[in-house]
Amino acid sequence: MVADARRSSVRCMALPKVCGIETEYGIVVRGADNNPVSASSLLINSYLAAVARERNRADQARVGWDFEDEQPANDARGYSLDPTLAPEVETTLVNAVLTNGARFYVDHAHPEISTPEVRTAREALVWDRAADEIVRAAMVAARDMLPDNAEIIIHKNNSDGKGNSYGCHENYLLARETPFGRLARQVTPHFVTRQVFTGAGKVGCEVPGRPHDDIGYQLSQRADFFEEEIGLETTLKRPIVNTRDEPHADAQKYRRLHVIVGDANMSEVATYLKVGTTAIVLSMIEDDELGDDWVLGHPVPAIRQISHDPTLTQTVQLADGRRVTGLEIQWGLLERAQKYEQSHGLESVGVEVGADVLERWEAVLAGLERDPDSVAHQVDWVAKRRLVTGYQERHGLESGSPKLKAIDLQYHDMRVDRCLALRAGLETLVDGNAARAAMTEPPTSTRAYFRGRCLDKFATDIVAANWDSLVFDIGRDPLRRVPMMEPLRGTADHVATLIDESETARILLDRLGETN
Amino acid sequence: MAERQQKSKPTTSRDSETVEESAPPVTESGDKLKAELDDLLDEIDEVLETNAEDFVKSYVQKGGE
Repeated sequence: MVADARRSSVRCMALPKVCGIETEYGIVVRGADNNPVSASSLLINSYLAAVARERNRADQARVGWDFEDEQPANDARGYSLDPTLAPEVETTLVNAVLTNGARFYVDHAHPEISTPEVRTAREALVWDRAADEIVRAAMVAARDMLPDNAEIIIHKNNSDGKGNSYGCHENYLLARETPFGRLARQVTPHFVTRQVFTGAGKVGCEVPGRPHDDIGYQLSQRADFFEEEIGLETTLKRPIVNTRDEPHADAQKYRRLHVIVGDANMSEVATYLKVGTTAIVLSMIEDDELGDDWVLGHPVPAIRQISHDPTLTQTVQLADGRRVTGLEIQWGLLERAQKYEQSHGLESVGVEVGADVLERWEAVLAGLERDPDSVAHQVDWVAKRRLVTGYQERHGLESGSPKLKAIDLQYHDMRVDRCLALRAGLETLVDGNAARAAMTEPPTSTRAYFRGRCLDKFATDIVAANWDSLVFDIGRDPLRRVPMMEPLRGTADHVATLIDESETARILLDRLGETN
Repeated sequence: MAERQQKSKPTTSRDSETVEESAPPVTESGDKLKAELDDLLDEIDEVLETNAEDFVKSYVQKGGE
């Protein structure tokens, strides 16, 4: 198939699908004041201090995000560890950029990690796994800062079971000229139905106005919270397609599609397929090869209906009046994607990763259709359902038992000794050493390489960092801002030698000036 | 389910150059899954928070994003 794609006569015009994942984690403090804002700050500062100690370079923890004033107090050693400290004091403090190119910060009342920009679903998975490891290391580091027997507990989930939700967002690079109306219309069927394999599973119902036990078990953590088809909001009246237009790149050429509809996944296969299939669907839309065959009549009711039906047999209405299941829509999208691979190739998502995603996409749909339990090692909602129903039967529990909700919650517990997902036999795609290396090393395939390497090598000379710039202070006025408006410039191929050979930031900047 | 045979194609044999090293088959037999589940449930009994119900009750998050 790979060779066929290379022989294809139609060129793939879709832009490389540079992408990334942002995860807001659930946070509670046990044994001390449970203020989520100060706890999030403490968690992040503890991690930064531990990293700095390990590197024996305290300056490492001081590089702040561009929107913030530089704050030497960003260093955990200067931070009051009193967990009762007023939230408004420390929210402005913790907003760090890591040497792997990621951002680790407090967003609202949650710790959040945005992975660096990457080029493929495979890399997105590696740096998402790195984020898991960072959070785990941060929990351990925070323990030393808290009173005895107190601990911060992090969950990689999206709801507290009481109607409060927080997000796991994805971002994809798109061409500015792709008409947004068509994009929104054509991507919606995927956003509504991909939950059959990306859903993280949930005990109970959180649809406003309905009792919690109205639904025993559903596919998605998030589906209950979507109320609009399209819009700018992320916290109220959440839309299936989010219209935030903030490309963090050359706005004349690019869009960044900010996807808020997904669940945070514990399964590596689910994370990989979530990003991989979406990148392919978006490439097809960019090349206008997807069409309107699967446009839904009523996307908002459909996303809940599909989530509320673990039998996967209920149908939803298409705009043309046909009634189909979510699985049938997924088969339709896959079939289009297979044809697209033949006609256009999958350079936009990485040829090999794209071919692998197509195979796994087909396998997971076939498994779900035959017997969902057959994909219990790949799909979170199936893996979690086995635990919930198995436990319920073994102990003869009622369907509304809080013990079952406890299993749901603990599936996402990031403590290694408590996490049920880690015990569920989920298939892994990323070697643990690779995930740990990605805690500190940036991807080589995007501008995140330049950001990460500079933060590693010239930390004392960088006063601020952002997705699309670095600001250096090399001791002469004015501050030097290095714009990074092209997500695919600043890769290892472009700048590795330059950074290796530049002993100081001043030399680096002088050489960059020569090459520009 | 029986009425929908439709587009589900037989799983194609995996192309050796794209296969992850030793990727297991995507689906497994029911017996094996059952035995595994029994072990798993034993383990859950051990690691489930002893005050699980209280923990669930007190688990309240602020909305985010």
